Amino acid sequence: MARDDQQDLGDGRLGVAAGEAGTAPDRAALAMRAFSVKKRFLAMYKRANAGHIGSALSCAELLVLLKFAWMRDEDTFILSKGHAVAALYSVLAEANILDPHLLDTFYGEGTLLPALPPVNGISEIPFATGSLGHGLSLCAGMALGAALKGRPRGFFCLTSDGELDAGSTWEAALFVAHRKLTNLVWLIDRNRIQGMGGTEEVLALEPLPDKLASFGFHVVEADGHDFASLLAAREACRKAQAAGTAPVAIIANTIKGHGIRYMQDTVASHYLPMNDAQYRQAQDELASAYGAATGRDAR
Amino acid sequence: MRDEFVHALIALRERRSDLLFMTGDVGYLAIEALAATFGDRFINTGVAEQNMVSLAAGLAREGHLPWLYSIAPFVVLRPYEQIRTDVCLHKLPVKLVGNGGGYGYGIMGATHHALEDIGAMRVLPNMRVYVPLTASDVGQAVALMAADPLANYLRLNSVLPIPDQVAAFAPWRRLKPGRSTVVVGAGPVLANIYELADPDLLGELELWAAGTFPLEDLPRELLTSIQAKRRVVTIEEHYGAGGLGEALGQALLSQGLCPPSFTSLHAAGYPSGRYGSQRWHQEECGLAGAGLRARLQKVVRG
Repeated sequence: MARDDQQDLGDGRLGVAAGEAGTAPDRAALAMRAFSVKKRFLAMYKRANAGHIGSALSCAELLVLLKFAWMRDEDTFILSKGHAVAALYSVLAEANILDPHLLDTFYGEGTLLPALPPVNGISEIPFATGSLGHGLSLCAGMALGAALKGRPRGFFCLTSDGELDAGSTWEAALFVAHRKLTNLVWLIDRNRIQGMGGTEEVLALEPLPDKLASFGFHVVEADGHDFASLLAAREACRKAQAAGTAPVAIIANTIKGHGIRYMQDTVASHYLPMNDAQYRQAQDELASAYGAATGRDAR
Repeated sequence: MRDEFVHALIALRERRSDLLFMTGDVGYLAIEALAATFGDRFINTGVAEQNMVSLAAGLAREGHLPWLYSIAPFVVLRPYEQIRTDVCLHKLPVKLVGNGGGYGYGIMGATHHALEDIGAMRVLPNMRVYVPLTASDVGQAVALMAADPLANYLRLNSVLPIPDQVAAFAPWRRLKPGRSTVVVGAGPVLANIYELADPDLLGELELWAAGTFPLEDLPRELLTSIQAKRRVVTIEEHYGAGGLGEALGQALLSQGLCPPSFTSLHAAGYPSGRYGSQRWHQEECGLAGAGLRARLQKVVRG
C-alpha cells in the first residue's frame, strides 16, 4: 500500500509529519473550539451524573477538526462509537446546529438527547449508533448511495478501536476497499482501551496499521489530540483521495480521558461520573492546559 | 418462486430507477438475468450479510430502494440486529428476500432451513412480512412491497398446484368454502391439503390464506365463519412459537372470539434427527400426507 506522506517511526508504526499543516491561527481557533466543546460536555456529564466521559475526551479534537476544519455542509458524519455522543451534541451546539439549551436536557426524562445517538431525531445524526460494529457499513452504504447518484459528497465515520473486535467492521472494511470508496474516510479513535481492559489484553489489534493496509486502505496515523498532526493527516488524506486509488483510514492515537489526570488512560473513565471535586479538578486542568498552550487565562 | 421473483424485479426495474439488487453471494444459475439488467445497481456483497443489511440501510437513507437476496436464514437471522436497529428502527424501506422459507432447502439440512423467520420478522417494528402462496403471487407481492413504505421480508418457497381459482395476492384470501372447520394457512404448505385428494375431508374445510404479517384487518367473513363453525386450524411451515397460530389466536382473542377448537399445525424441527427432502420433513411433522389427513380428520370429527 502507498504510504507516502508518512514517516517511519522505526517501531512498526507510521506517523504523519506534524507541525506543517494549518496556520498557527487555524490551530489556535480549533484549540479554542475544542476547549469550549469540552467545557460543554463536562457540564452535561456533571449535570446528568453520567459516565462515558473518557470516550468523549478521547475524540473531542477529532470531532472539532471534522466539523470546523474539514467537512462541508453537504458532507455526512457517522459517530459509530455512539458512547461519545455528548461530544457530538456539544460540537453541534458549538456550530449553532443544535440549540445549546437542549444540552441541559441530556439524560433527562423526555429528552431528545439520550446517552447514545437517537433514532431519526437530529438531521446531522443519520443513524442511531452505539451498537458497535455498525457505523462503517452504514457510512459505506451512504457513500455508495451518493456515488451511484453522481453526487460529490464526503462521508466520515469515526469508530472506536474496541469495535474493531466486531466481524461486521471487517466485513465493511473489505467492502470499502473492494469498491474503492474514496469518498469515505474512516477514522479510528485508537485509545487502546475497551470495555473491560486494554485492547491488546482483551483481543489484540496490533499491528493495526498493517492490518488496515493489507485490507487495501491508505493508512494515515496521527496524534488525535494535536491539531497540527490532525491537520497534516487531513492533508495526507486529501492527497490520497485525489489519487483515488485507495480509501483512507486514519488511525488517531488518542488517550481515553485525555486532559484530566485522574481519568487519563483508565477503563474507569468510560463508566464513572464526576463528583463535585472531580468536576472542579477537570475544569481546572482543562483551563490550565488551554491557558498554557495559548497564553490566555481560560478561567 | 425464485424465477418469478427475478422476473418481477426485472419488470419493476423498467418502471423504477431507484432499485438496487444485493445478494449475499448466492443465486447461481438463477439471478444472472438480474445482473445483466441492473448493471452497476447489482451488488454482490460477498458472504457478509451483516454488512449487506447495514449498507442497505445507508443506501435507503440516500434514496435508493435496495432488495437483498439470500437463503432465508442468512438474510433474516444472521444480520438480525442490523435489521432491527439500522433498518426497522429508522423506518427505512429495505426489502429482504429469503429463498427456501421453511424446509425449502430440503436435504441441505437444518442450517439452510428457516422455521423461525416469520416469527423473528413479525415482532420487529416497521416491518411487514409477505408470504406468497402461488407462483403468480410473487410478482403481485413484489409490486406491493415496492409501494410499501415499511421494511419488508418476502418469504419464497416451493409452489404446489392449487385447483381452485385463486384471487390476486392480498393479506387475506378465501380459497374455498367448507362445512365445519376454518383452516388458515400461510404459504404453499396450505396446498398440501388439496393434495390429499380427499373430497369428503376437503368439503368440511373452509380454506383461507394469510399473506402478510403482522395480521391486520381480519375480514368480517373470516370472523363470521369462525364464530359459526367454532373450529379453527392453522397450518404453517414454521415453528409454532412466533408463527401464524399464535398470531391468529391473539388476533381472535382481541376480537372477543375464543373458538373452542383451535389447532395449530406447524413444523416440529427434526424430531427423528434424520434428514430428507422438503416433503419428507413436512410429512415427519404431520404437515403433509397421511399425518396431515389424520390431524385434520381428528379436528373435523370433533
